[in-house]
Amino acid sequence: MELIKPGINIDFVGKSKLAFLISGLLILATFISLFVHGGPNYGIDFAGGILVQVRFKEPTDPASIRKALKPVGMSDAVIQDFGNKGNEFLIRAEKKGLKLEGLSDRIRQVLAKAYPKGYEVRRVEMVGPKVGKDLRRKALLAIFYALLMIAVYISGRFEQKWGLAAVMAAVLVGVTLLVQGIIGGGSITPLIIIALVVTLLACWVLRLRYALGAIVALIHDVIITVGVFSLLNKEFTLATVAALLTIIGYSLNDTIIVFDRIRENLKKGGKLPLAKVINDAVNQTLSRTILTSGTTLVVLVSLYLLGGGVIEDFAFALLVGVVVGTYSSIYVASPILLALPEGKPGLAKKIVPPPKKAAPQPAPAPQAAGQAPKVSKAKAAAAKQRKKKSKKRNKKRR
Amino acid sequence: MPKNIMWKAVLVLVLLVGALFYLVPTFSSNLPSWWQEMLPSDKIRLGLDLQGGMHLILEVDVAKAEQAAVERASQELRRKLREEKIRATRPEAIGDGRIKLTLLTKGEQAKFEDLIGNQFPWYDIASATTDPEGRVEIILKLKPSEAKRIREQAAAQALEIIRNRVDQFGVAEPEILPQEGGRILVQLPGIKDPQRAVALIGKTAQLEFKLVDDTVNPRTVTKATLPPGDELNYIYRRDHTTGRVSKEPIVIRKRASMTGETITDARVRVDSQYNEPYVSISFDARGKRQFADLTSRNVKKRLAIVLDGKVQSAPVIQEPITGGEARITGDFTMEEARDLAVVLRSGALPAPVRVLEERTVGPSLGQDSINQGIISMVVGFLLVVLFIAFYYKASGLVADMALFLNIIFIGAALAAFQATLTLPGIAGIILTIGMAVDANVLIFERVREELRLGKTPAAALDAGYGKATLTILDANITTLIAALVLFQFGTGPIRGFAVTLSLGIASSMFTAIYVTRLVFDLVLTRYSVKRLSI
Repeated sequence: MELIKPGINIDFVGKSKLAFLISGLLILATFISLFVHGGPNYGIDFAGGILVQVRFKEPTDPASIRKALKPVGMSDAVIQDFGNKGNEFLIRAEKKGLKLEGLSDRIRQVLAKAYPKGYEVRRVEMVGPKVGKDLRRKALLAIFYALLMIAVYISGRFEQKWGLAAVMAAVLVGVTLLVQGIIGGGSITPLIIIALVVTLLACWVLRLRYALGAIVALIHDVIITVGVFSLLNKEFTLATVAALLTIIGYSLNDTIIVFDRIRENLKKGGKLPLAKVINDAVNQTLSRTILTSGTTLVVLVSLYLLGGGVIEDFAFALLVGVVVGTYSSIYVASPILLALPEGKPGLAKKIVPPPKKAAPQPAPAPQAAGQAPKVSKAKAAAAKQRKKKSKKRNKKRR
Repeated sequence: MPKNIMWKAVLVLVLLVGALFYLVPTFSSNLPSWWQEMLPSDKIRLGLDLQGGMHLILEVDVAKAEQAAVERASQELRRKLREEKIRATRPEAIGDGRIKLTLLTKGEQAKFEDLIGNQFPWYDIASATTDPEGRVEIILKLKPSEAKRIREQAAAQALEIIRNRVDQFGVAEPEILPQEGGRILVQLPGIKDPQRAVALIGKTAQLEFKLVDDTVNPRTVTKATLPPGDELNYIYRRDHTTGRVSKEPIVIRKRASMTGETITDARVRVDSQYNEPYVSISFDARGKRQFADLTSRNVKKRLAIVLDGKVQSAPVIQEPITGGEARITGDFTMEEARDLAVVLRSGALPAPVRVLEERTVGPSLGQDSINQGIISMVVGFLLVVLFIAFYYKASGLVADMALFLNIIFIGAALAAFQATLTLPGIAGIILTIGMAVDANVLIFERVREELRLGKTPAAALDAGYGKATLTILDANITTLIAALVLFQFGTGPIRGFAVTLSLGIASSMFTAIYVTRLVFDLVLTRYSVKRLSI
């Protein structure tokens, strides 16, 4: 059986402008939503507060629970029917200034008074504001480090520039830690944003094109997943962050499959323009991309529908991330490769002015001896062709 | 059969059998004794979110410990000043590690400096100002190194005492670990009464004996009429039938005549007359002397027993108590008395602790989570297995078998390493099911491509495995990087997810690449396959 026929040829690269537009709009929507909601909707893990899951012996409703909770100052708590059976509820309060110490005990006492027939406290989560702030920092740093380490790995594996990538990462981590030490307990969000921008710029200047494509796609996936959560006003919890980190690791799989195929096709030589090579690679690996994401989506849907309320949001974040990740590895990561001018590291450009003559790559890091000439030949050929790509691409399509 | 293929098959079989041995204890409750002696008998450990339990992050208020040390030092200093006959005002702790006092005669400043240098080496004289009348106002400051030592010691002590209390509380396999910033992580699996545990762990248990000042009427006393050195406190009484709490005012001395630091033991006893539980405490030799001294000098007076600032009871001293034993009465339930004995036995915390984070899962929710997790795992597994078998036919069945093997290996690894399985951990296994077949999809798609180029089944398989393996490796390593960061970042349940994800990815590379290849090799050497079912 075949879902996607072998000879398929869809012009993905040609549609990349449209894709960039869609992605751009989604990212814009994310920022607007975050702005309107006043930042991410932090759950109690990050905001501090209390969550109590209670199952009552008899059915009840949020209004009477609210009334019962009045003596402990939680009458404005969020009360949510858990599992839609009318007898189990999530009670959540993030009110600042709420005295959290011993609060769960006081909640038990008032519930015991209001519900003499009985109830069972099934879950209590209480996070002090201090811990919440710490966790927020740690979560952001974790996402940043994951992106950075993956950037190093991609640069190393795909461009044989291990040393360069490692030095870059070390400098970034060093600066991050240093600035963190200087600003102390303050907000690290701007710091992370600056670090990411620097990472992207470094990839651009050092011509780490595969790394650039991969990281742009990853940041894209993370932002849009965050955006979906923000638009649906879902809460950010530790589990959401775990899902984001997993997405960072997993959504790259499809990207790597395509990148590997691009490299393989480039090694074969031929006089095809880079855009064509990339588009062919995406098409050749399309069935793989769809199938691998498909099996993962199947298990995630099963987890989302059957896994129970505790894990629901986690499964949802992963679902969104896998869908967005699949889209981005087809429409975002690969076309980004075209955005970078061919070949030479930015510094060398000034030393060797005529770009056409500089066919062999003056890359600072050693190339793998056997493949180097072939690759650069293919790339140089592609470079010449690339200028005409817009005219030729359509003609060359099968 | 070629030798190397046979050896590979043997290796896989050995690993499979080994994995099954590790899994048996989890699924069989009564193992024969010879098994327990010779073979692995550890079950898969369930996290707090699956078996129910309580997770606490506590913070020791080490600043309070420092403050207490400074206050003790100021009292000590007062005594030394008297011994050395240095005329000075009463030394006062004024916060921030400082002690203030005024020397009444200037000539004694050198002598005072000697005293500090010899007896209080961990204090610096921060300032000494002489006023026109020749009096010297002195501010002493605790040295930073000593302050640090006090704080660290307080944190370490608190950890030890909490560990002691939890041990006596009777929870199976509790976990008490120091965290960064002087915090303490406490995990109590399967706990039935979380509120009681919090009360027991968090109680400072600072026991003080203070004399009652019966010269004033506690009902009419006001702030203005309260004699200096006295404080107004309350005795709380609870009516056991109505549950109503009443409080009765009492005036006691501010200064403690004795504290609970010399307690060596505390036991619950039941009063034979009223059939009410009380706590009997015994002192060491020094405490015994102190208590005898205190009680013989104050016969017929009332002595208040104050726990963490609350008066428990204030009995009249009938006669000198020289046996080194005292009893704490109050209207306790049996359980409260038992907990009080535990905290007194384990000693007072050097500083109050606060609960920064609490996560409790009831056992019934844990069981629900297990059930739902398993159901979604089985459904997800079946859907993937059916799809792959349908899509890749016979080859798909090989991949399905590898997938099954993968789950066995994950379970066995969890049991063998005694890693904790959490609800997100189950989600991690489910996710790995979806991801492990990715490897086979990549290989099979490649094989199909090679077959379309006209290669023989054997050559196509060779090329397929050869070319896809590196890609699979790359893809899995990036996921592993993310899982490692996650392991570093997460605690509890989230860490469980990172664990199963990493295990699943690692073992999937073995099952999906090595084992499936082996099966194809076995088939190809035995039969001449003309057409690959893929």
